[in-house]
Amino acid sequence: MKTPASLKNKVAIVGVGESDIGKVPHMTGLGLNAQAAKRALDDSGLKISDIDGVLTAYSFTEPYFMLGSVLCEYLGVTPRFNASVICGGASPAVMLKHAAEAIVSGQAETILVCAGENRATGLTRDAALSALLAVGHPYFEQPYGGSIPGYYAMIAQRHMHVYGTRREQLAHVAVNTRAHALLHPNAHMKKALALQEVLDAKPIADPLGMLDCCLISDAGGAFIVTSAERARDLKAKPAYLQGIGEYHTHEHLMCAPSLTQFGATESGRTAYQMAGLGPQDIDVAELYDCFTIVPIIELEELGFCQPGEGGAFFAGGHARIGGQLPVNTHGGMLSHAHAGAAGGLFGIVEAVRQLRGGLGERQVQGAEVALVHNEGGILSSHCTLILANDKG
Amino acid sequence: MEQASLPSPVANADSKTYWDAARERRLLIRRCNSCGQLHFMPRHLCPICWSDQLEWVDAAGGGSVHSFTIIRRASDQAFAPLVPYVVALIDLDEGPRMMANIVGSNALAVKIGDRVQVTFEDRGDSAMVPQFKRVAA
Repeated sequence: MKTPASLKNKVAIVGVGESDIGKVPHMTGLGLNAQAAKRALDDSGLKISDIDGVLTAYSFTEPYFMLGSVLCEYLGVTPRFNASVICGGASPAVMLKHAAEAIVSGQAETILVCAGENRATGLTRDAALSALLAVGHPYFEQPYGGSIPGYYAMIAQRHMHVYGTRREQLAHVAVNTRAHALLHPNAHMKKALALQEVLDAKPIADPLGMLDCCLISDAGGAFIVTSAERARDLKAKPAYLQGIGEYHTHEHLMCAPSLTQFGATESGRTAYQMAGLGPQDIDVAELYDCFTIVPIIELEELGFCQPGEGGAFFAGGHARIGGQLPVNTHGGMLSHAHAGAAGGLFGIVEAVRQLRGGLGERQVQGAEVALVHNEGGILSSHCTLILANDKG
Repeated sequence: MEQASLPSPVANADSKTYWDAARERRLLIRRCNSCGQLHFMPRHLCPICWSDQLEWVDAAGGGSVHSFTIIRRASDQAFAPLVPYVVALIDLDEGPRMMANIVGSNALAVKIGDRVQVTFEDRGDSAMVPQFKRVAA
């Protein structure tokens, strides 16, 4: 396969924003997107009129036809570049890639990327779970009463079988990310979490319990991408895109080529190659963590440890701030927020903040290069990106 | 066993033959007459070589458990009365992989690698869904 054209150092993220997070019943999903967009714009110091491109993803709670156009209409912007990108949880990273491609080819100069929904209060919990059922194949999976946690549980079960990964190691992922969330002022979860609480939590789908599963939050997130040239004289320190790659192997679990190796290996390879960097160069990683098994697999596929060693990496404390490779320093989707495509978007927001510095206790010392991995579906669609500040 | 309260399979143009055969307690898979490969999820063309020269063949019904989970909380309310129940990925002896429940009195003791055999569950109106039972090794 031909190597994708390089996007290295051509664009930068110059503004990031998070809406209010948690249970925000007085706001709509579009309102949360707008609040995040406004905060990202303020963060960048740009004007509304500077935005000539808008990308968004999808919404289960407000399933408008043409969500991209609907969001632009709501925001009162008339861009020359717009789309709704639907790659599940991989959408935010994929949107960054589309934005970079559009900017590099001159289709737009400054693009707002925005996602999120009011998943905690816009639907009842049962309605939210039912809507998510649609991720299973309607004819060959749904008749068997599976669930998204159930599909990921089968992946966890296989990982345990093949590599000897232990239940406690999965639980350590949840504990790790909760410790980080306590350092984030806007995180959904505010209470400390002990290993035993994760192990004792209500069982959902063996081996996963309630606390191995991501949150259901009201949340919107946004970031603004512009050319590296334009980024230099803006208000905030730019986070320059070094490498980005995607890979897609299936949608439905029954069609996954493997239950132990997914598309992160390939998306990561593309991103590293473009950046001219390897796992050893990464200072902080924000990995998709809809379920505790997922960052374990991502650590392995992205080359931070050997296959089968991801569980021990978390259990050994190596993913803590101050450890060998801090992972999900904002608290991830397990403890910071998860609301549709906003979940993975917050990993990008956090990577930018880490590269800017000044996060106090949450700051990874000397963070110059950050990796973010988003995945969508049942580890179906993957996108890996690497950002660096001007020192990285 | 009849499970008429559970969702009936929905057939479309790709899968009508599959579900019609299930009513006759037959498990069908697809074979490509161009490259010879077998696959499970029926579609208009072969996912390997894109030939549209496909035929249906009977699977023998034997397989092994590639992975599984025990669902303790159902997302689909129709399944809530059944918890705990097993959802599994089955590797058919012919090669293709499919999803199904492991049913039977010893289903909850399932392990990866267990041998299983197809059985059919009546979802009402004689609409049958392929399921699997554990068999002794």
